[in-house]
Amino acid sequence: MDEITVLSGKGGTGKTSITAALASLADDVVLCDSDVDAADLHLILKPDIRETHNFESSWVAKIDKENCTLCNVCIDVCRYNAIHSTKDGSLEINPFQCEGCRLCERVCPEETISSTRNNNNYWYISDTRFGTLVHAKMGAGEENSGKLVTTVREAAKSIAKEKNIETVLNDGPPGIGCPVISALTGTKTVLMVIEPTKSGLHDSKRLFELIGSFNAKVFALINKYDINPETTDEIATWLHENSIPLLAKLPFDTQMVEAMVQEKTIIEYRPKAEVSLLLNDVWKKLTKGINNN
Amino acid sequence: MSFKIAIASGKGGTGKTTVSVNLFRWIIQYWTQKVQLVDCDVEEPNDKIFLPEYSLVEQKEIVQLIPKIDTNDCTFCRRCVEWCEFNAIVVIPIAEFAEVNNALCHSCGACLIACQDNAMKEYPHPIGMANFYKHANGSSLLEGELKIGSAMQTMLIGELKQFVEPTSEVIIYDAPPGTSCPVVESVSDSDFIILVTEPTPFGLHDLKLTVDLIRELKIDFGVVVNKAGLGTEDVFEYLKSENIELLGKIPFSKEYASNYARGHLVSNEKAFAEQYNSIGEVLINKFKQNG
Repeated sequence: MDEITVLSGKGGTGKTSITAALASLADDVVLCDSDVDAADLHLILKPDIRETHNFESSWVAKIDKENCTLCNVCIDVCRYNAIHSTKDGSLEINPFQCEGCRLCERVCPEETISSTRNNNNYWYISDTRFGTLVHAKMGAGEENSGKLVTTVREAAKSIAKEKNIETVLNDGPPGIGCPVISALTGTKTVLMVIEPTKSGLHDSKRLFELIGSFNAKVFALINKYDINPETTDEIATWLHENSIPLLAKLPFDTQMVEAMVQEKTIIEYRPKAEVSLLLNDVWKKLTKGINNN
Repeated sequence: MSFKIAIASGKGGTGKTTVSVNLFRWIIQYWTQKVQLVDCDVEEPNDKIFLPEYSLVEQKEIVQLIPKIDTNDCTFCRRCVEWCEFNAIVVIPIAEFAEVNNALCHSCGACLIACQDNAMKEYPHPIGMANFYKHANGSSLLEGELKIGSAMQTMLIGELKQFVEPTSEVIIYDAPPGTSCPVVESVSDSDFIILVTEPTPFGLHDLKLTVDLIRELKIDFGVVVNKAGLGTEDVFEYLKSENIELLGKIPFSKEYASNYARGHLVSNEKAFAEQYNSIGEVLINKFKQNG
């Protein structure tokens, strides 16, 4: 079983639209949305939710004001400056600043601090017209998105194993931090979606350096290449120097947005568009590239 | 006290950097030169690319304190393991093995208090850099840069804010995309938040998530619709029905996208300049209301 993870470094380069298009080209695939922070793949895939699972987030501490003697021991130990004096003189923990380490709870001599876990993170196993999709919905401002990424990926992989499906196609998060590290760990193939901007190139270089510490084969495609042919050339040179196969240069096409508005992939919406033909080719090369390894 | 404006988005690539840098320039020109732009997108900081005239004056390494266990003093009681909520410590008494996993440690300090044998000591581990850039006119750029491979982006943003120029009249935080902890860390102490969206289904969906978050944080905010003309009118209907202030509509132009791609940002086109004028005026009014 192979897992292909679509990443970009910079946000908004087209990861989700391209993942959805590739999904519609695959014969047999399990899909996974590991951009749990701002998941969008379901907007195109229109999943029928089959299973809903709760994901436990980290702890959040709370002070019972009644029994608090204002000794401030909790304030002294909290390294996240999450405990504040309020106008009425009582102490309060800001749940958004609380890291969930429970140290305040342990050191409070009056045992007046307790912690609870939020239950507003969910992950789902769903049916879509292209196959099973594992996706998630995170509560606003939650921590631990890295752990949730690991959870959805593990679920997608075990479904693939169970059903004897060869490929897991994974829509990744932007950036290079904790959720991306979770999305990369153990993935065999990465498709980098690069836009030909100064930021796009800068961010791809940082992402590629991160991928270097994992054992993954990297492929690239340049999206909207014609908005800046010079930077496209610069990116192509950089890819060549680093032996990263450039699978395609996709032109800027407002039909990509039109397809999104219609809740379709570009392949479904305009199968004969240049972008669609090029993506057909990308999928062939990608699956062939994997088999050659 | 500085007036703090955060620029956030939910979805990536909607134009946070564009809006941040253009507003930064607008503020310098029409409001005050005592302004600092803080690039809180530490995973992929891009503001500097559009501010080539700012020169690097200082760099500071940001570290995370991670404890190490001295097995000579450790009695392998496992109290630290029980206190660590992040499963970052492994102690195997029979093998006299005790170790902290750096990648899982949140540096909360619980194990140091848990340990009764004085066997734990903290050591600094680099997680990134704070880069200070200045311009002759007095304005400055503070950039956070996450060390590649580090998962501590939220901690780095918090540390970066310790270096914010306190004499600034205005501070702009350019936030990372998403809706989780790094975004909260970037925007939580701001006086006003500008959410940048694009009028596409993805843009609208992620905007709604971000609005939910900002409302929970109870911070005043407004929305800039970038790339207007692309996609649909749904976002405008949403803003109206939710009574959310529309700060500006920046038109989509392929030419502008090409300019951005080349690292040129400020467009002198009238349509763009007018939008930034009106967003800037709103900000000045918010500043006055803020006292």
